[in-house]
Amino acid sequence: MSDAEAVLRVEDLRVAFDTRDGLLQAVDGVSFAVARGRTLGIVGESGSGKTVAATTAMGLVRGARVRTSGRVLLDGEDLLGASPERLRALRGATIAMVFQDPLSALHPLLRVGAQIEEAVRAHRDVGRAAARARTLELLEHVAIPDARRRRDAYPHELSGGMRQRAMIAMALANEPRVLIADEPTTALDVTVQAQILALLRRLRDELGMAMVLITHDLGVVAETADEVAVMYAGRIVEQAPAAELFAAPQHPYTWGLLRSTPRLEAAVGADLVAIPGRPPSLLQPPSGCRFHPRCPYVRERHREVDPALEPLAAGPDHRVACLLPEAERQALWARLAAGATPEQARAAAAGGSEEAAR
Amino acid sequence: MTALAAVERLEKRYPLTRGVVLRRRLGEVSAVDDVSLAVEEGESLGIVGESGSGKTTLARILINLVEPTSGVVRYRGEDVTHARGAALRALRRERQMVFQDPADSLNPRRTVGAAIAEPFAIHGLLPERSTRARRVAELLEQVGLEPAHANRYPHELSGGMRQRVGIARAIALGPRLLVADEPVSALDVSIQAQILTLLRDLRRDLSLTLVLIAHDLAVVRHMCERVAVMRAGRLVELATAEELYRAPREAYTRELLAAVPRIPAFEGAAPGGRQSSPDSSSSSSSST
Repeated sequence: MSDAEAVLRVEDLRVAFDTRDGLLQAVDGVSFAVARGRTLGIVGESGSGKTVAATTAMGLVRGARVRTSGRVLLDGEDLLGASPERLRALRGATIAMVFQDPLSALHPLLRVGAQIEEAVRAHRDVGRAAARARTLELLEHVAIPDARRRRDAYPHELSGGMRQRAMIAMALANEPRVLIADEPTTALDVTVQAQILALLRRLRDELGMAMVLITHDLGVVAETADEVAVMYAGRIVEQAPAAELFAAPQHPYTWGLLRSTPRLEAAVGADLVAIPGRPPSLLQPPSGCRFHPRCPYVRERHREVDPALEPLAAGPDHRVACLLPEAERQALWARLAAGATPEQARAAAAGGSEEAAR
Repeated sequence: MTALAAVERLEKRYPLTRGVVLRRRLGEVSAVDDVSLAVEEGESLGIVGESGSGKTTLARILINLVEPTSGVVRYRGEDVTHARGAALRALRRERQMVFQDPADSLNPRRTVGAAIAEPFAIHGLLPERSTRARRVAELLEQVGLEPAHANRYPHELSGGMRQRVGIARAIALGPRLLVADEPVSALDVSIQAQILTLLRDLRRDLSLTLVLIAHDLAVVRHMCERVAVMRAGRLVELATAEELYRAPREAYTRELLAAVPRIPAFEGAAPGGRQSSPDSSSSSSSST
């Protein structure tokens, strides 16, 4: 990624929470950058740290029991060290966020329009009438039909998709340079999801925003993100341009996610291949490679050696934290993509590498 | 094949009212509008539609959780539309439901074991404490949990584990028909695959008939042999999965298909990616 033009740059971000049960390392050395008009997809399961990384970047995770280190640079300005006043000035104006559930993010007793007006006036010295006009413009911009009437509706009177559009309108009130969307379509039907993703893409292009799209679903980032970071247990385990990630995924966890995802390209009745087990506790993460307890291709060494996120020999834009040799990974994925089970792929790859040795 | 469960000319209308204290009746909305549908014994039928399409109402009527405004509900050919009392209880043992959000359907103050044992208490089965506990342990293992989970409370479990509890409860009485209403839409993709695989295995091991309600045609493609598409209370298309995905007849079905995000990974990117179908189905049957 061309770091020079990055609007948002996160460097070696670490976030830990002091809990009764010990130190919980939610984010453990995460770095990424997003340029103007580009989208970074952050993909991971619940508890992978993807939301904590993003909310910390927004300055929303602070407090006596939070230990944060690293840098979050917004146009070169470090947000981790910024004063609360400065953060308030930036949030909603330069960097904004859209949440998963608009019903819990919107005030239930205030009309949708009034809440958007408030967002407008929080950062602009405009009168009520101007804010009201701007609200209408925003609602129209996010393609809410009959916007004039919907402006006076209460959140519960709107459908899930319309509420999410209203949330997006509010986030865009001051044309932020960075938009963080945290599972913006997870609570929605696929048809509405497709509409919301199309809307986000259009707005990103029109406004030239840098967008961070957080999701558990690789399908959501497939058509929207330019770059994808896959997170597992507080770390990025694979990061690549989207096309590259889907064409030649490298990490066994990414393979697991891909094989878990229901797809229209699969044969009718084809089995999904689930990743066994659950994500680890971040109070006591596993030794060595954090994915090793769930990895079908684990070797003894992987239980002790902690892999770093390193660029591939084939392309420096594609980075992976995996101890398997690159050639073996290629052989494994070729089998998996052709429908082999992890066991079959492992057996075949073992045969293949023996041949290569001979 | 014989129909295990069926609905004929089913209608469900709800009154449309305004106001809380001074309720005014404004008219009616049709949640289900003239739907006839038969579920064959042993099959896996997907009912697909958006929120508000009536798919959940239809599923609930199918197992007598909601009474229709008009039309007939059948089970094994018999008209059970207005079943009450002992007859209805007997039907409950035959037909069970898995709900979308197990957190909503589990009592937070009762242990997982108590939740799974509840159906036995209601139906006066396994009165002996030790046999009941043994059966609960067995059910927990059947859904991929451990017997020790019986002593845990719902909030101590992850979403995926709670859904496993919901499934254990649903299969406790040995039903023939299982209706799963969006059983995975509240879960992470990685956990979705685990739950769908579990439902699939249970269906095979217990010879269940499965009705899967979903908004996502990709999920149904992996799970179902026949698919019914609903829109605004009406059944717009009903076909075998093979037909529906290969040549959808209705524009609306095509719209639903178009909404599913495409993942380019397997589309010719890897060698043999496109031909993955025969491989994956043969590998799945050989692994069982």
